[in-house]
Amino acid sequence: MNKYHQTDHKAIGWDDRTLKDMLEQSEIKFKDTGRYQGISELVLKESDPIRYERIFSRIRGGLVNARETALNISASPIVREIGELCFALFTPEGDSIALSTGIIVHVHTMSDSIKFMIRNGWENNPKIRPGDVFGTNDPHIGDVHNADVYTITPIFNGDELIGWAGGVTHEIDVGASRPGSMAFGQTSRYEDGFITTCEKIGEDDELYASYELRAKKAVRAPMYWLLDERTRLAGCQMIRETVMRLIEEEGIDTYKQFMQEVIEDGRVTFRERVKEVLVPGTYEAPSFIDVPFEGEPRMPSFAAKNQLMHAPMTLTVGSKGEFEVSLEGANKWGYHSFNCPPSAMQGALWVQLTQTLVPNDKINDGAYLATKCNLPPGSWSNPENDTLSTTLSWFFLIPSFTGLIRCLARSYQGRGYVEEISAGYPGTWNVTMGGGTNQFGLDGAFTSFEHSSQGTGAGFIKDGEGYCAAMWNPEGDMGDIEAWELLEPLLYLGRGVKPQTAGMGKYRGGAGFESLRMLWKTPDQVIFNLGEGHVFHGSGMFGGYPGNSGYRHNMHETNMKQLIQERAPLPCREGDTEQSEMTRHVKAEREEIDNRATCLEKDFVEHDLYLSVQRGGPGLGDPSERDIKAIEEDLNEGFVLPRFAEKVYGAIFSQDDKGKYHVDNDATNERRQELRKQRAAKSIPASEYISQERERILKKDFYYPVSDMYASSFSLSQSWANKYREFWKLSVNFNF
Amino acid sequence: MPNYDQKTLELLMDGKLPFTQVHKILSSFKDADRFEKMLAILQERVSYDDKIIMPYGLHLNIVSKADGERIVKCDCGHEFCEHSINWKLHANVYVRDTEEKINEIYPKYMGTDPNWMVLREFYCPNCFTMLEVEAVPPGYPFTFDFQPDIDTFYQEWLNKPAP
Repeated sequence: MNKYHQTDHKAIGWDDRTLKDMLEQSEIKFKDTGRYQGISELVLKESDPIRYERIFSRIRGGLVNARETALNISASPIVREIGELCFALFTPEGDSIALSTGIIVHVHTMSDSIKFMIRNGWENNPKIRPGDVFGTNDPHIGDVHNADVYTITPIFNGDELIGWAGGVTHEIDVGASRPGSMAFGQTSRYEDGFITTCEKIGEDDELYASYELRAKKAVRAPMYWLLDERTRLAGCQMIRETVMRLIEEEGIDTYKQFMQEVIEDGRVTFRERVKEVLVPGTYEAPSFIDVPFEGEPRMPSFAAKNQLMHAPMTLTVGSKGEFEVSLEGANKWGYHSFNCPPSAMQGALWVQLTQTLVPNDKINDGAYLATKCNLPPGSWSNPENDTLSTTLSWFFLIPSFTGLIRCLARSYQGRGYVEEISAGYPGTWNVTMGGGTNQFGLDGAFTSFEHSSQGTGAGFIKDGEGYCAAMWNPEGDMGDIEAWELLEPLLYLGRGVKPQTAGMGKYRGGAGFESLRMLWKTPDQVIFNLGEGHVFHGSGMFGGYPGNSGYRHNMHETNMKQLIQERAPLPCREGDTEQSEMTRHVKAEREEIDNRATCLEKDFVEHDLYLSVQRGGPGLGDPSERDIKAIEEDLNEGFVLPRFAEKVYGAIFSQDDKGKYHVDNDATNERRQELRKQRAAKSIPASEYISQERERILKKDFYYPVSDMYASSFSLSQSWANKYREFWKLSVNFNF
Repeated sequence: MPNYDQKTLELLMDGKLPFTQVHKILSSFKDADRFEKMLAILQERVSYDDKIIMPYGLHLNIVSKADGERIVKCDCGHEFCEHSINWKLHANVYVRDTEEKINEIYPKYMGTDPNWMVLREFYCPNCFTMLEVEAVPPGYPFTFDFQPDIDTFYQEWLNKPAP
């Protein structure tokens, strides 16, 4: 036991107070003053700004150092290749002081977990002592989804708890009733696998052998789970050492003062930033995602239906820089794995804001305290039902928060900061998961994270970037093919740009890509597919079109073995869906090609083909204004197919004997004038359209998931129902 | 605090500034006078005399009329309505609500199922520029994208009289 460790003290908070008392007092002070801990002046920062910044840099550096070191302990490709980990430091009350780089989702989610322990009397039972290790992955308490597993350790200075260190990594398999880290199709928590709820999983800086054994037996990829436990624990210990060195150098009183000031500083800075770059007002950007489970034989009848998620994102920016996100009108939770408890929504909010509005290192719970989220009780965004499945909350929150990016973009444009504008991001999928006997003859599970690289949305001044980003992970690395082939019994036949994934516009979105995989050295394997298929999850902006919606294309019981033996041409991609290279080269007994991009596990055998289609970003601006040279590049690089360059961009072009495209400037401009005349001929005044559509609404003539969505939103939100009725001039009694 | 000249901002707005410079602008502190400078650039580029008081999208601005009304106006000069009303209510609309219409824009399987979602294209009734595209389920109300609080912005954030 080192000098910082003592155990025989009644209250572990400051000044002989309990943590519960500290938390309650902190909340009262904030409620009464609107300032963290009631701090009215940043005394340390203002009196000695260099020292203040030095302390912050030491902490931030310690967190980044912990992350970089821990990353190399992990064996999981999700952690090593993609960088799906993050470390953070907290006050005794569980408020975050600073975060490392990495997956900066967890500004407040780990806070929720710590506060849960405090509120529920963990000080008395199971007790919080120096060297204790707590583990949690319960999204209903504080997390985004079960695959994000937290290790949280207390930091003591003598008898006092001086704070908490926390680390998170994304696991490959969580032991759910289906394989994979984000298995879906479960209808309740009881099928979600290995869930720990702020459980004490170790003491004296060591994990309990009993916990490790339980984890080993509970998940399908135990090696990764156990190594990642050590990854997180090592990182937390490094953070503790950083803090203790800092206390030795600066003194405990200064450290205490700093940790509170830096959070209030974060709150004030966030408000100032809002006033610096946004415009006060109200913004709207709804988005949607399809859940096509109708006829799904692996689900109970009450869940085997088509559903449409409704995310009516509204952002209100107030006169003092208030920043309130609302999903008023969202529809009800469902018997699926896509429900999002509030902590998950907080995670999504912060991973967005740290990449957009506040792209700096000074993000902590001060910024959380500067914002508000209205998450309607009973909706998918706040289900108030902790028996629900949550393994893939990202499937709903990714679409919902692309609306926030569009809201911010309008504000940046209103303010003149056009370089900051993004038309949103694509759905970061296709998610491929599966399991079965792997290429090593062992029972295995996998979750490919190729989808961590997608096309970004178009900007106001440039095209989006291709295959490089995911809203949930600023690292933006799709991982080496070889790394995935080690984990997954699927060989790559090819990986390349997918044409027509980039949303068309004056500026196009960044393109997505596709990977064609062949099942290899496995007698049996199940594979899941996930992504939007029947809808676009978000819109474009200012006249740009959304990026692509996905689909599935699988070929079962193929002649690939014969083609390989004969050294016949093999496909390496699909390319144009209407002239598929897969179907051109390969014969199959069964072929699935449809919009059911989200489906439960399907059986695959060796030499079957699995196509993974990623998404591209939305476009911005009228496509008929796209620069001629940019269209030429799109054609020659394979981003756009010729027939769409002609129809949408109005391009008139030729191809030389080397196959290179040349777009005719004058002929294209002439054609574009014609396109505008066509728009005039085929469009109608909005008032006329509203009258027509109103008749359809009165008949309730909609496909059932659409009607169900409206009925659900009406039942949860009187204000949204009234807004709907008012727009369409319906009676106050109108209901779906 | 940076201060960019008009030429730089014009190139930025037109997407013609080298990316290295864009990257610097992105990474730097914001220039506090950007709003006024961008308004001046936009004002120079439109053919009308009404004073632009806020950019409101590509080709759309909110202008202040002589009678004090704040109107959403297209670059071509077409006036939609008071800014507190959704301009889309005064636009022309074309709805892609069949597979055939959707497949003019997307290859088969890569667009939407019109039973689940349609594309609504909003055009200026004068110049027929496509100003917005909504991707929504059938029967969804028009989205009122942006309702700026112009008085607060000018008076409290810019410390100027609201136009």
